[in-house]
Parts: sequence; C-alpha cells; structure tokens
Amino acid sequence: MALPERESPIGKRASLFVTCIVDMIYPGTGMSVVDILEHVGVEVDFLPDQTCCAQPAFNSGYRDEARTVARHFFKTFKDAEVIVTPSGSCAAMLRHEYPHLFKPEDDDAYEQAQRIASITWEFSEFLVDGLGIANLDLTLPAKQSFAIHDACHGLRGLGLGGAARELIAHLGNAELAELNECEVCCGFGGLFSLKMPELSNAMLQNKVKNIIAADADTIVTGDVSCLTQMNGGLSRGKSPKRVLHLADVLAQALPGGRS
Amino acid sequence: MTVELQSNDFIALADIALRNPDLQHAVGAGTRGGYASRAEAMFAHGNEHGEFMRRQAAEAKRRALRQLPDLLEMAERNLLANGWGVEWAEDARQANQLVLDIAARHGVRTITKSKSMLSEELGVNHVMEAAGLRVVETDLGEYIIQLNNETPSHIVAPVMHKTKDEIRDIFIRELGMAPTDDAEVMVAFARKMLREDFLKADMGISGANFLIAETGSIGLVMNEGNGRMCTSMPRLHIALVGIEKIVETVEDYATLTQVLPRSSTGQSLTVYTNILNGPARSDEDDGPEHAYVILVDNGRSEIYGTKYADALACIRCGACQNACPVYRSTGGHAYGWVYGGPIGAVLTPLFVGLENAAPLPHASSLCGSCKQVCPVDIDLPRMLLDLRWDQVRKGQSNVDWDAAMKMWAIGMTSPTRFALGGKAARAGQAIMGEYMPGLLGNWSKHRDFPDFAPKPFRQLWKERPNVRA
Ligand code: SF4
Repeated sequence: MALPERESPIGKRASLFVTCIVDMIYPGTGMSVVDILEHVGVEVDFLPDQTCCAQPAFNSGYRDEARTVARHFFKTFKDAEVIVTPSGSCAAMLRHEYPHLFKPEDDDAYEQAQRIASITWEFSEFLVDGLGIANLDLTLPAKQSFAIHDACHGLRGLGLGGAARELIAHLGNAELAELNECEVCCGFGGLFSLKMPELSNAMLQNKVKNIIAADADTIVTGDVSCLTQMNGGLSRGKSPKRVLHLADVLAQALPGGRS
Repeated sequence: MTVELQSNDFIALADIALRNPDLQHAVGAGTRGGYASRAEAMFAHGNEHGEFMRRQAAEAKRRALRQLPDLLEMAERNLLANGWGVEWAEDARQANQLVLDIAARHGVRTITKSKSMLSEELGVNHVMEAAGLRVVETDLGEYIIQLNNETPSHIVAPVMHKTKDEIRDIFIRELGMAPTDDAEVMVAFARKMLREDFLKADMGISGANFLIAETGSIGLVMNEGNGRMCTSMPRLHIALVGIEKIVETVEDYATLTQVLPRSSTGQSLTVYTNILNGPARSDEDDGPEHAYVILVDNGRSEIYGTKYADALACIRCGACQNACPVYRSTGGHAYGWVYGGPIGAVLTPLFVGLENAAPLPHASSLCGSCKQVCPVDIDLPRMLLDLRWDQVRKGQSNVDWDAAMKMWAIGMTSPTRFALGGKAARAGQAIMGEYMPGLLGNWSKHRDFPDFAPKPFRQLWKERPNVRA
C-alpha cells in the first residue's frame, strides 16, 4: 500500500514510543534505545501520556476499542516530529493499520493517522534507513556471536530484515551466525498465544530447537513480545541461550556500558 | 467420503494432530519441502522476475474477476460453440443432481475422477456412490485418500499428512499389495490397479484450473497422466468448474500457469498443461463423445459482493499452506472442512458461515507468510483481521474477551490508569508467582513469564540524571 512520502528524520527530535511491554517489563531496553540514539547525536524525548498502540484490540477484532486507544495516541503524539519505537509490530500497527482505522470523514483522526504513519520508524530502521548510520563505531567488551530472528511484522510488515544485520555486522567483536528458519514465526502472535496455547507452543518449540542448534551465543530480535515468547520457552526448556533486543546488544558496546 | 463440517472443533482437532508423530513428521517435511522449492522456482531468474510474474498473475485474475458476469456469458457462448454441454448449478445439491442426471442419461456405471477440490466441496463421490455408481479417484494421492476413507488434507498434495510407511500399509491392507519399501514399486502397483478402472470407466469427472472465456476451453494442469485419461478415454467427460475459475484469454492462462506450478510444486511447468476444447470432433479419433461443463456457484457470488471478493482470486496452489506455521503444525484436517491453511481459514467461514467456523479466523499468528508467498497476492492476514472484526460486530465474539477489551481500552486511554494497571500486574505477579490465573495460565503452561520491572520506564526516565549534552 502506498504510504505517504517519508520525510527524512535527520536533525529532528525523536519522540520515543517505548511501547507498553517495554515500559512495564523491559524498561532497560527502553533506556538502551535512548542511549544508542543519543550516542548518534539524536535528541530524544519521552511523552509521559503514552500507553499502547492498540494492537491487542485491533488484532482481535475490537476496532472500536482500537480506535479509542489510537485517538489517545494521536493526542499524546500530536506535536511529535519523529516517532521511534523499539518494536516492529507496534511500528507496523502505527504505519499500516492506523491509516485504515479511520475514514476521511472522521473529523481529523484520518489526517492524524496518516501523519503518525508517515513519521514513525522502527528502531533499527530509523538508524540505518532513516539516519543512514549502520556503523555505530562501537566495539563489544568481548567476542560474542549472534544470530538474528526476523520478527514477522518487522520483516514482512515493514520490509526490514537488513537493518539489524547491518548494525550487528558493524559492531566490533560481534560475529553473525545463521539461524535456521530465522524468518519463521516464533508462535507468539499476541492473543493467539493465549487463545491457541498448544499451537503457539508447537511453533515455539520449533523455534527453540533451531535456536539451540544455532552457532550463536545470543539471538537478536527487534520485538520484545517475540523475545518474551522465545525466552519463556528457552528458560522453561532449561536452555542457557537467550534472546536479546537489538538495542540491548548495541548498548553493551557503549563506553562504560549502559547508563 | 464427504467432508463433515467440524470447523468449530478446530482447537481439539489441532491438538489431535499435534499429538500424532507420523502426521507431524509428514506434514513438517512436506510443507517445508514445498516452501523451499517454491522459492527456488519463483526466483530462479532473480527476484525481479519472480515479482513480475506474481504481479502479472495477480492482475490477470483481478481483471477476470472485475468482469466476472460478462466473462461467464462469453465463456458459455464459446463453450457451446465448441460442443460442450453447459449447465449452471447454484449449490452443491443442484450440481450433484446435474451429474447424476447426465450419468443416468448416458447409462454410466463406472466413473474415473481426476483431482478436484470443488468436487470435495460438493461431496460428489458420496452422492454418486449412494446412487449405486462406482467412483474411482485416479490422482495417486486422492486414490490413497479414497482407499483409506479420508478427505484430502492439502490442496495440492492430498495425502501430505501420511508417511510413506502408512501409505504402504494402506496398500497392503486395502489392496493386498505384497509388502515393499520401494516407493516406485508402490506407485507401479497403484498404476496397475488404476489401469483396469480406466479401461472400464464410461465417464470421467475433472475439475478445472481455469476456464478460458475467449476460447470456451478448460485449462487443466497436472503431473500424472491420469487427468488426460479421465478426460479423454471415457465416452463422457464432465468438468466441474467454480465460477471464479474464469480467465479472459489464453494468454492469461499462460500467465497463470507460470506461477501455479512454481508456487505449488516448485516446477516451472507441470508435466501436462492441457487446454480442453470439448468433445471429439467428427474427424478426431480420441476424446469423449460428450463433454459437459457444470458451472458451480455454491456461495461464490455471495462472496463476490463482499469485502472478501479478492479471496476468489485464489488459484489453489497451496503455497500459503506450505508457508503457514500453523498449517505446518496441524495439517489440513484440523480446519474441519475442505480447505485448510490460511486460505481455508478465510474461505471456510465465508462458505459455511462465520458462526460455524468461529475459531478459524484466529488460527493464525498473523505472521504474514501466506501473503508473502501467494502468487496472486491475496491479503489473507487482512481478511482474517476483517473476519475477527465481523465476529465482534455481529456479537459472535467471546463475552469474556468483550469485557476484557472494554476494560483494556479504559486503561489504555489514561497514563494514570495505565500506570496503576502496571502496579497491579506487578503486585499480582508477586502474589501469584509463576501461576497466572485464567487465560493467562495458558501462557505459563509452556513458557516462563518474565518479572515485571520494579520500576517502569516512565519512572526511570523521570529519575534519569539530566546529563544529556
Ligand atoms: S490463497 Fe494464494 S497461496 Fe493460498 S492457495 Fe490460493 S493462490 Fe495459493
């Protein structure tokens, strides 16, 4: 679908949409995003009224509720110049679904939705495609090997895939390994994981098997929800391997570690 | 065997499939193999070429659908001119009656059949058998399915859910085949059995991959010679054709046969690519004396008028099934009707009613793989989302979820309530530990849940020393 032409985000203040899960469960990942963005000279702000992108309601068919929450989002981010979010699926919600949730005759919500869609960037995409920075000029304290899990919405929803690999490839002391079926869903799927737990688990076990077989210490991904699913399965299966958010991996290489 | 509608039991049927190690092995390998060979075949000449073929195919189908009523009339005219008998069936009952009438008129006793998903929808075999006619499926996969009294589990590979050993055991049990582990010996054995039926048959039933309007012909692609034998050896041929199978020109047929074999079996072309032009002419030695096309609606024109019309562009390649991680885990029978996988999750509710297939729109993590591989670019995830929305709008959703979503929306429209919710979750977790209540317990059954952070990001941000340059 044709998205509004994207303006370059270079030189603009980045408003962090941290996402509800990062806010409550992985605040450290949110801090990593801030640190990395500041490392490359981006001014970051955080609008404290923010909550959720409305994805849980939208994905389960509750469009009225999704619209209500989307309107709250518009109000919160009405002055944002650029929105950066550490989640491919939330970015896809803002970019691809918001514009469809409202009709041109719906007061100014339609315009707001188009505007939000046009200024929203997923974290790795913002760095590599938005700012043109794939090399952060950082080196990890010790050698580590990584493999990428391409989270579905980032890969197929936003057409990402390359950005996270490029960032890791340029990281000193980092090695990139293959993950078999790296493009296959981990089985999270939001409420799918609760509505169809056995199927979700079958998909998870397939992913866990591939992660264990991968020649990498750490799996890197761009969505904390998928990460929660995968780590939940790895830890239950007593595997020492873990999945980390890209921002947390990059932040390990910041001078003095993460602030 | 006729499909019994069991789509509302999807979760239970999926559980059965998940506990069947043979099925897990067979479907896991079959789908992954199909997925890999599709990618290789579609992009053998580069990504651009592959995407171009897809776009071309998608456009050809869309153009045909836009002019559906006109093209159907054109097709009828040209079919008649070619000597086909043309019949129209509104639903399964009418279609089956037409087949029965034609068979009775011509004194038919034995019918050979080539693969047709539409015939599964209609339950043709069952009706014929009830009328005392013998029906033999001649596609190897369908033949095995028929022997074992099952229904196909995959659009293209009907017996994908069975291992080679299981198939061998079916042949031994049902046909008295001498035990062997050699697949070629098994195929040769089946061929020999089928040959006798081919010689006996007085009528052949086929489906159609495409109905070509401008020439009044049927396009049929296949890898086994059985389809040709069904459509040319008996004195009678009936083609069962869904009205959405229409394409405008022979060129469109060529366009679509570029993507159909590539997407379904990873071939650039099937072994046989046929254009059938009706009964044998007076100067031709081969071919049926009489040939009929039965144009079947069976719910299609109703879909045509809705936001799901695009699903009618489906060319039944099965690529979305191979790509789908849910289908990979369940096979097709769990979907409880004719079509499994993403396209089945969309089509089944549309054909049988949303209330009779309530779990299917949710049988997806919305990972998007189906859309990515679909050769005619059907946005299946969006349709699943729309079906979920229809359920909510029509009051067919789960009341607990309705209440939960209302509460959630209230929580998410205020940062204060959002923060309170976070605190409550933290406190709840501290009390309950690993064991989460209700639906959340479905999470902790197979996976650990991380701890809520002692301080949410919004608080860390506030407390952050303002050292930013
Ligand atoms: S929906 Fe697309 S991928 Fe699935 S069977 Fe139909 S044409 Fe093939």
